[in-house]
Amino acid sequence: MKSLFTLNKYFARYKFRLLLGIVFILLSNAAQVYIPIILKDSIDSLNENISYEKILEYALTIIVVAILGGFFRFLIRTTIIIVSRKIEYDLRNDLWEHIQKLSTNFFNNNSTGNLMAHATNDISAVRLYIGPAVMYSIDTVTRLIIVIIIMLSLDPILTLYTLIPLPLLSFFVYKLSNKVHSKFTKIQEKFSELTAKAQESFSGIRVIKSYVREQGEINHFTKLSKEYLKRNMDKVRIQAFFMPMLFLITGISSIIVIWVGGTMVIDGQVTLGEIIAFVAYLSLLIWPVISFGWVINIIQQASASMKRLLKIFGEMDDVSDSSNTDLNFNEIEGEIEFRNVSFRYFPESNEILKNISFKIPKGETLAIIGHTGSGKTSVVNLIPRFFKVTSGEILIDGKNVNEIPKEVLRKKIGLVPQETFLFSDTLLNNIGYGLEKVDNDLIEEVSEISQIKKDISTFSKGYDTILGERGITLSGGQKQRTSLARALAINPKILILDDSFSAVDTNTEEEILNNLRNFMKGRTSIIISHRISTVQNADNILVLENGKIAEHGTHSELLKINGIYADLYKKQLLEEELKEIV
Amino acid sequence: MRGGTVNINDIKGKAYDSKLMKRLLGYVKPYKGYIILAILLNIIVSGLGPLRPYLTKIAVDDAIAGSDYNLLLTIVIILISSLLFQAVIQYALTYFTQLMGQKIIYDLRVKIFEHIQRLSLKYFDKTPIGKIVTRVTNDVEALNEMFSSGIIMVFSDVFIILWIFGFMFFMSWELALITLSVLPILFYATFLFRKKVRIAYRQERKFLSALNSYMQEHITGISIVQIFSKEKEEFKKFIGINTNYRNALIRSVFYYATFYPVVEILSSISIALIIWYGGSSVIQEYMTIGVLFAFIQYTEMFFRPIRDLSEKYNIMQTAMAASERIFEVLDEETMILNKKDPLDLKKLSGEVEFKNVTFAYNEGEDVLRNISFNIKPGETVAIVGATGAGKTSIISLLTRFYDIQKGEILVDGINIKDIDKHELRKRISVVLQDVYLFSGDIKSNIGLDSQEISEERIIAAAKIVGADKFISQLPGQYKEEVKEKGATLSVGQKQLISFARALAFDPQILILDEATSSIDTETEMLIKSAIEKLLIGRTSIVIAHRLSTVQNADKIIVMHKGEVREIGSHQELLAKRGIYYKLYQLQYKEQELNTTI
Repeated sequence: MKSLFTLNKYFARYKFRLLLGIVFILLSNAAQVYIPIILKDSIDSLNENISYEKILEYALTIIVVAILGGFFRFLIRTTIIIVSRKIEYDLRNDLWEHIQKLSTNFFNNNSTGNLMAHATNDISAVRLYIGPAVMYSIDTVTRLIIVIIIMLSLDPILTLYTLIPLPLLSFFVYKLSNKVHSKFTKIQEKFSELTAKAQESFSGIRVIKSYVREQGEINHFTKLSKEYLKRNMDKVRIQAFFMPMLFLITGISSIIVIWVGGTMVIDGQVTLGEIIAFVAYLSLLIWPVISFGWVINIIQQASASMKRLLKIFGEMDDVSDSSNTDLNFNEIEGEIEFRNVSFRYFPESNEILKNISFKIPKGETLAIIGHTGSGKTSVVNLIPRFFKVTSGEILIDGKNVNEIPKEVLRKKIGLVPQETFLFSDTLLNNIGYGLEKVDNDLIEEVSEISQIKKDISTFSKGYDTILGERGITLSGGQKQRTSLARALAINPKILILDDSFSAVDTNTEEEILNNLRNFMKGRTSIIISHRISTVQNADNILVLENGKIAEHGTHSELLKINGIYADLYKKQLLEEELKEIV
Repeated sequence: MRGGTVNINDIKGKAYDSKLMKRLLGYVKPYKGYIILAILLNIIVSGLGPLRPYLTKIAVDDAIAGSDYNLLLTIVIILISSLLFQAVIQYALTYFTQLMGQKIIYDLRVKIFEHIQRLSLKYFDKTPIGKIVTRVTNDVEALNEMFSSGIIMVFSDVFIILWIFGFMFFMSWELALITLSVLPILFYATFLFRKKVRIAYRQERKFLSALNSYMQEHITGISIVQIFSKEKEEFKKFIGINTNYRNALIRSVFYYATFYPVVEILSSISIALIIWYGGSSVIQEYMTIGVLFAFIQYTEMFFRPIRDLSEKYNIMQTAMAASERIFEVLDEETMILNKKDPLDLKKLSGEVEFKNVTFAYNEGEDVLRNISFNIKPGETVAIVGATGAGKTSIISLLTRFYDIQKGEILVDGINIKDIDKHELRKRISVVLQDVYLFSGDIKSNIGLDSQEISEERIIAAAKIVGADKFISQLPGQYKEEVKEKGATLSVGQKQLISFARALAFDPQILILDEATSSIDTETEMLIKSAIEKLLIGRTSIVIAHRLSTVQNADKIIVMHKGEVREIGSHQELLAKRGIYYKLYQLQYKEQELNTTI
């Protein structure tokens, strides 16, 4: 429950509208409870020889009051429910603004699916509390009070008898929906299991077919389906009580009115009109009483959802600027130095980088080579502060990266990540992603350097071609070249290429590297690759092995050492030779 | 509008398609009994509710007006019994219709799964796994509502309305007509509301899916957003999409806010009409107060089912869309078919021959060209070649995962197309490079839950390949759960499990795709000796990455760019100084590099 109080600041934003909504609830209830009174008066007057005009007057009054009541109902929804939609909107904006800022660590620990679920399901659950739950609870309470007062004024004893079963109804609705909810969770669990099995059977189809295990898989799936059916029926068994229970209890209430009330009419204690009014009041009470049990459930679920949301809101961005940030630092020259840098993702996990030290003077190129998992990507991810170093320091122009404003730091680093990610947008917007304003000449220039221009000119819409599901699918190499152009466009002081040519053929790569040579003048660059051909012209080459620097030097120096680098070189030469055999 | 990806995959299309419906009803057929029972129960149960206002009329007119305590008590007893009776039947009805729905869904789900299991690998190559999974899960689920509540509830609503009208006309047809005069307006209002809400709902879905795909895309690409410091601009875009969604939601709030009060007002107008016309008739003594009482209760009763009928429309629409996708899968016929009366293999000696085999996954893009080679029973043959030379395709062809375009593949001199494919596969074990482990325990991953493989055989196989050692050190031993596709096991351990798997099935022909990934020397030794044991006494084809396997092979087939370029023994081929010579050096280098670590 406490978690829901954090929503009060959102309520406060719309307090005027909410108050208005409450006034409308009162007004609409006033109108609605008036109708049974007219009914009673009209029925009773029928025994007293009244005029047709009078009857017509009663009928018209009912219609007028109903229209008034309906109008206020309309206003309730347009105030309270709309406010709930607005708060939902605010909450979702706030959540997204927060999520966006979180560090890479957070995204590594939370799957996309999970975050999406929070942003949709949990917010929906909270919205149900903000809107319907608030609306119905105020409605229920006010209506209950007014109706009970009127019923008591009509006949206290009959009121008492009539209302006895109703708390039972609230109780049953609450209990049943609670149980149904827990059964539902069980169904969901089985459903996930079923989905996982299907996923596994289809992914492992090769093995299954090789060992002719199709029938076994079918039997297993059939078994799970059967269990799923059983769990569904477990829910049905309880849920099926719902409707019968509902009309049983409400039915008994109205039967009590007929019986007790009928006896009282015969005894002359109440009028027939009063009985009709009682029946009408009962039907006015049923829905609020049912919703009462339902509302309690909504509140419970909403508070669980809110708790999950608050957990995300409570996540801190562990790489954000701090009080140590030097706000006057706003220009980067490009000298990079690692001093005894060690790094692990979590305190308890393995060390990824061990005591790494190197220095790249401004304008020079460093290449990093090594096996998968040797720590190459970690080295470059530390520079734009995607993660903080565990020990040691990274300096840019002699300044610790932790003290450089994040935005200044990142705006000057052009990173081409290993896994290319492009947005489903036009090529122009993708290449110009980092720019304040898209400059066509610049875009063409960087496209030329990264050798994507030729490809783009073959698309009928050129730079306006949309990528992704709604548009065309680029090949792996085209994607990497687009990603490179995007990084070049921001005119970076530091350019980082993390295995960015893996899907580009060697000839094209050669051309790009040639083009880049000119571009890289005056810029510091780091190139990660598996290919010797990519790295051999670098000013300095690091060979990483298990998070440590195993060898370093220029191409010719490393060949002389005759170590890992030299072996790799020979191996790749052989591969080249093989490829050339027709 | 980047990120505002509008997914037009919304609910559209027909709510009723007679062809689809006919096919769907085919699945209901086995449950005809349930349907008949449900309809009978419906007729009874739907009459009980409308009976009660009629009984109250008698109570008011005869018992109360006639001061007859006994009659009042009798009526109360009848009312209560009818209520209890209705409750019981209602429960039974819900239970049985749901049970029927669940059973139909179950049948359908298993049928689809079974069908998909039998499709050929070609289907799996071209269809994303996620999509296939959705067919057996969510799409089938969408039909549930239609089978379990949709069809039956329409019946029930119609019956209730008929009963109510019956009672009303029986008591007073004039008053009935006057009371029901608001119905055309109600129908029109419902129709209008349904139309508006459907459009609004479609808008809502459209903007929601835009919002979802924006979030999906930007969470996946968050590092790009962050490295380019575009958080502020992206947030503005998010607000734009979120605003569109909010506005669509608010628009539909307006429709609901209008519709429900209108229904309430209409029902009050009905009551006013009853008071006006009925009241006048009472004064003239054409009518009793009890009739008025009953009519007032009926107005409340018939508004709900009429209002609800429109909801059924949506259920049907979703169901139709889902069934269309389901039938599409069921109509899929990419299968490797046995020929009529296939040969049932008795005992294989294990001779394998490829005769001028040409094969392409996609027409026109030959992966293998004119491949011919012969393997004698019991021989070990190594296939070597650079990546993309076509080695893996050979494996898939021998087990007949794909049919070849040209040439013949013979096992013991018989074309494999003439052999029952399951019999063929049972005699060939394939050990793939990427070991696929299923959820379940170690035991079931070796024996694959086959009835024919006893626990002793599983353990024996594990012992032979040397997997027993590490398995018996696991806390649960052979019953140890394999978590997340074996994430807790090392690469070498997974390899050993897959060797044990192959051995447990005791194949006449063994195909082994050696792992290239680097493993520690100890495991390397283990695997080496395991492979040696596997090869004994059976025809073996090894896609070799290890020098030892190549050297010990009886014959080496050198593949290059989809063709067989050299065949011979290790020494012969080395002497040739051709492709094999280079490949050998390359592998030598690779192994050297791996061991330096």
